[in-house]
Amino acid sequence: MSKILIRGAKVLGGEPQDVLIDGETIEAVGTGLSAEGAEVVEAGGKVLLPGLVDLHTHLREPGREDSETVLTGTRAAASGGYTTVFAMANTFPVADTAGVVEQVWRLGKESGYCDVRPIGAVTVGLEGAKLAELGAMHESAAGVTVFSDDGKCVHDAVIMRRALEYVKAFDGVVAQHAQEPRLTEGAQMNEGVVSAELGLGGWPAVAEESVIARDVLLAEHVGSRVHICHLSTAGSVEIVRWAKSRGIRVTAEVTPHHLLLTDELVRSYNPVYKVNPPLRTERDVHALREALADGTIDIVATDHAPHPHEDKDCEWAAAAMGMVGLETALSVVQETMVDTGLLDWAGVADRMSVKPAQIGQAAGQGRPVSAGEPANLTLVDTEYRGRVDPAGFASRSRNTPYEGRELPGRVTHTWLRGKATLVDGKLT
Amino acid sequence: MQRHLISAADLTRDDAVLILDTAEEMARVADRPIKKLPTLRGRTVVNLFFEDSTRTRISFEAAEKRLSADVINFTAKGSSVSKGESLKDTAQTLEAMGVDAVVIRHGASGAPYRLATSGWIDAHVINAGDGTHQHPTQALLDAFTMRRRLVGRDSGIGKDLDGRRITLVGDVLHSRVARSNVDLLHTLGAHVTLVAPPTLLPVGVETWPCEVSYDLDSTLPKSDAVMMLRVQRERMNAAFFPTEREYSRRYGLDGDRMAKMPEHAIVMHPGPMVRGMEITAEVADSDRCTVVEQVTNGVSIRMAVLYLLLGGNEPAQTRTEEK
Amino acid sequence: MDTQDTQPGSPDARPVLEGPDIARVLTRIAHEIVERAKGADDVVLLGIPTRGVFLARRLAAKLEQITERKVPCGSLDITMYRDDLRMHPPRALARTEIPGDGIDGRLVVLVDDVLFSGRTIRAALDALNDIGRPRAVQLAVLVDRGHRELPIRADYVGKNLPTSLRETVKVQLAEEDGRDTVLLGAKADQ
Repeated sequence: MSKILIRGAKVLGGEPQDVLIDGETIEAVGTGLSAEGAEVVEAGGKVLLPGLVDLHTHLREPGREDSETVLTGTRAAASGGYTTVFAMANTFPVADTAGVVEQVWRLGKESGYCDVRPIGAVTVGLEGAKLAELGAMHESAAGVTVFSDDGKCVHDAVIMRRALEYVKAFDGVVAQHAQEPRLTEGAQMNEGVVSAELGLGGWPAVAEESVIARDVLLAEHVGSRVHICHLSTAGSVEIVRWAKSRGIRVTAEVTPHHLLLTDELVRSYNPVYKVNPPLRTERDVHALREALADGTIDIVATDHAPHPHEDKDCEWAAAAMGMVGLETALSVVQETMVDTGLLDWAGVADRMSVKPAQIGQAAGQGRPVSAGEPANLTLVDTEYRGRVDPAGFASRSRNTPYEGRELPGRVTHTWLRGKATLVDGKLT
Repeated sequence: MQRHLISAADLTRDDAVLILDTAEEMARVADRPIKKLPTLRGRTVVNLFFEDSTRTRISFEAAEKRLSADVINFTAKGSSVSKGESLKDTAQTLEAMGVDAVVIRHGASGAPYRLATSGWIDAHVINAGDGTHQHPTQALLDAFTMRRRLVGRDSGIGKDLDGRRITLVGDVLHSRVARSNVDLLHTLGAHVTLVAPPTLLPVGVETWPCEVSYDLDSTLPKSDAVMMLRVQRERMNAAFFPTEREYSRRYGLDGDRMAKMPEHAIVMHPGPMVRGMEITAEVADSDRCTVVEQVTNGVSIRMAVLYLLLGGNEPAQTRTEEK
Repeated sequence: MDTQDTQPGSPDARPVLEGPDIARVLTRIAHEIVERAKGADDVVLLGIPTRGVFLARRLAAKLEQITERKVPCGSLDITMYRDDLRMHPPRALARTEIPGDGIDGRLVVLVDDVLFSGRTIRAALDALNDIGRPRAVQLAVLVDRGHRELPIRADYVGKNLPTSLRETVKVQLAEEDGRDTVLLGAKADQ
């Protein structure tokens, strides 16, 4: 493989430097680097980050190829600066056996746009009743380390306890979708002032918080680690902060949309704002930003949830929950965290690459931008501002809540182990 | 007025008074030998009902026919039309037929709003009740009934409900009637009090322009009108209250409680009543109960709304909007 | 109802009938009605809102003076019967008040302020049709300004006022406007 010289890139937002890639590896980082015959990329002051890692992506294949496939989903990931995505298990069939996770893993390999690490279901069919073959999935070619019933909550305390205990044998982690099912029957949006007015079934914050509280206590009791998916309320932040202060091994993620959007948007009854967990209030948004800044929330994960047009072009109650996010995540994080002064680019690299790779044990990902490391890199034009145009998405679906909204930042280049997957904003 | 009638909250005070005044004139048509006006000749109105509601549909249909509109009834319930994309498809089918207005009843909150704002159709949309959100013509007919009884049939013309004390009792949480009434009565200057067990009040009710009480007996003597909301028996199963007996003992209106109301005060109910639950037969059949009047007034109000939305080349203009 | 508004106090509007003139022509019309209706014992006066109603009441009072009998007087709102509904936003409705004994078999005299195209009267005839079956219908107007667009004429005319279509006629009555006058003015340029 030939050499690539990235000239004048602000590594993690620092002073401009040159980065020389040789094959799959970073050969050197410094100033005034030159290399005979190397392809030169003039970074011109753009920010260079380690390739982003998404711990929470719905690729929909197998089963819902009308909304996304492993190929289109990984192309969307590369467009958004990602070099690894963790594919959620709620496919059809459910990824609850070694066979299904291996299929997804293989499709990821074939796509070549980013690494795909399948997440295995915790329970058979996501039904919350019987443990799936967690060990078999771990030992499969896919090497599953993260298990989740995402979309559904592992609501039974005994099942959750057993899962937390069982995965200790191979240092796996259970990622909980915290949603008490009885408290959210018929729920359509955040329960509060807006739901009362709109007459939409309320989704109380306590339905999330009570499950998180239970699960951190269970994790403490059995000495396991637990990961909380898409934390969305100020109360959840408090519980995780308390748990961490007690030394409980809990990690948590927040989605870009929960860092930016509130339930006021639901007044439009436009299902593009319908998502699980629901958009919350301004107060929650601020608590989540603070928590991401101070490390209480460890990572940003997209919960990229593609849906076909017809599942959103209908009345609110009939619409599917979820938003696409891979191609706008970094822009939203820049808008909400960097441009507000809450996080610097090194912090962004930590929350969107280093930590998620650690939690998911994605070897070779989330590594420092330094000599000898794998060349998984993302170059971001942070000066750019533009309106979101879903027509330009690589994802098969268009259900973005940001259509027409002006956001900062644009990923121009992505390299996966030295191979460019995105050049000048165009997929290779 | 706006092009559509989706929510009682969309009406200004002048809009609402214009509708009530217009309804007062429409009511007189019912006293004539020929109960028909040529006003909407050549206009087509579809009653698009995704949810059963014979009384509301009949009321709209009577109003439409008295104004000489061509009426098409479309009852979607029970047919394959139940999913979201079908609302859009149905709407576009109606649009292709050249429909001028769609009166829609839907089980999902916000469906009429989506119909009006998604670019699916050009027709006027009138909300005939959506989920637990709004039922604006019900609120208007209630306000009309109150104005007639509490202000006066003729002396009420041009007036609102300034200072009148209105109490709504019952299942506020699941009631689109309550939401619409709180919005409209507030716009019309009335003081509204909601009385319900805490389980049947929505989280967030404290931001509504009204008072909230858990105690019916202390509220009754301070009420000019008491509106009893329907309480469905199946709510018991979801633990909103323990038993029917306990509910009616604490929140039901019987003869003894009615006696605590001021002499002039009226008892209202949007129907259908659950006798023995929120209201006893004695109260329901008393002279102070306006249930039957409300039904009559419903036709006049719906005629007024149809005329003011569809009668001209654009919706009626009111003073506040000209500014 | 055919009146076209001028700006009140429009500088070039000039009075063509003043208070005393209006009182005089109403008295004359009242006598003509008694004369033509042979005592006016089955007359019902129906004014067309807004100003026709005031004129009808004044006529009724004069008829009662002459005949020493109560003369039924009401109002007939024609808004819902207009043929130009689709050309404007809906207008607020005015009151239709039919006297207690109705109009069946009676002589209905419609009363309006200005007779112009005749379309208002056409609408009034349609409205009457839905209310009952009078023995006969007659029309009394304060001013006939010409330019009929339908085969309609008045039975009683206060003043024939030849006008051009570039002119406007505005009737003001004490009950509504604070004074009695008929103004002829120039149409405001569009």
